[in-house]
Amino acid sequence: MESSEKAKKQYQDMVEIYSPKSKIATDCLRAFLCGGAVCAFGQFLSNTYLSYTGSKETAGALTAVTLIFLTVLFTGLGVFDKFGKLAGAGSFVPITGFANAMSSPAIEFKREGLVMGIGAKMFTVAGPVIVYGCLASMVVGLFYYFLK
Amino acid sequence: MDYLKAFVVGGLICVVGQILLDKTRLTSARILVLFVVAGCLLGGLGWYEKLVEFAGAGASVPLPGFGNALAKGVKKEIDENGFIGVLTGGFKSMAAGVGAAMLFSFLASQIFSAKEK
Repeated sequence: MESSEKAKKQYQDMVEIYSPKSKIATDCLRAFLCGGAVCAFGQFLSNTYLSYTGSKETAGALTAVTLIFLTVLFTGLGVFDKFGKLAGAGSFVPITGFANAMSSPAIEFKREGLVMGIGAKMFTVAGPVIVYGCLASMVVGLFYYFLK
Repeated sequence: MDYLKAFVVGGLICVVGQILLDKTRLTSARILVLFVVAGCLLGGLGWYEKLVEFAGAGASVPLPGFGNALAKGVKKEIDENGFIGVLTGGFKSMAAGVGAAMLFSFLASQIFSAKEK
């Protein structure tokens, strides 16, 4: 009896030591590693495209398009969801999050039709990003135009 | 070396997003909007571009980099076409990304079906 109590206590101490301090620390570590990996892969794509095209801008655009393509593909295959659960913000803060926000509802709501299903639901999250992104760019543009 | 910089800076930007997700009541959609707008405004001031120069894809692949591209695009468009660039610049510079995402998402919706959750 006594020994089982002792074992329990020991176990609890071990849990204390080995379990992560809090949820947020683990979440942040995962976001850091996964998000960092996505960006390092992006750097690899960018370097590769740069050596072929010689233009930084084209290489940047091609990198974004490639990452978007892969995200949509993995979303369709159901793999991106799992990555998202693991990576948290590491999956949606890179451009992959934008691509997933468009492709995931497009697939999920296709039974609601081409127009109000795929066409409309694609922009539930991407729409606000585009709207406020554009508005912010107009604010920047106004300042730039009058202050330059 | 540029891989390490991209990894660390990109990872840290994601950590900021994770802290916002865990510590505030912001949803992921709001964080996306916030990051793009923040990137655009920082890009307008010319600050974000310095981070891109330092970290490459580590700064341009996360969504603030998307916002920064809008700011860069609007400035370029104003230089070339004058005032109308205020309206056209941002939209034009996101065209490749959004266009690609639209095309691929549409094709994906025709090929794949939703998984049972």
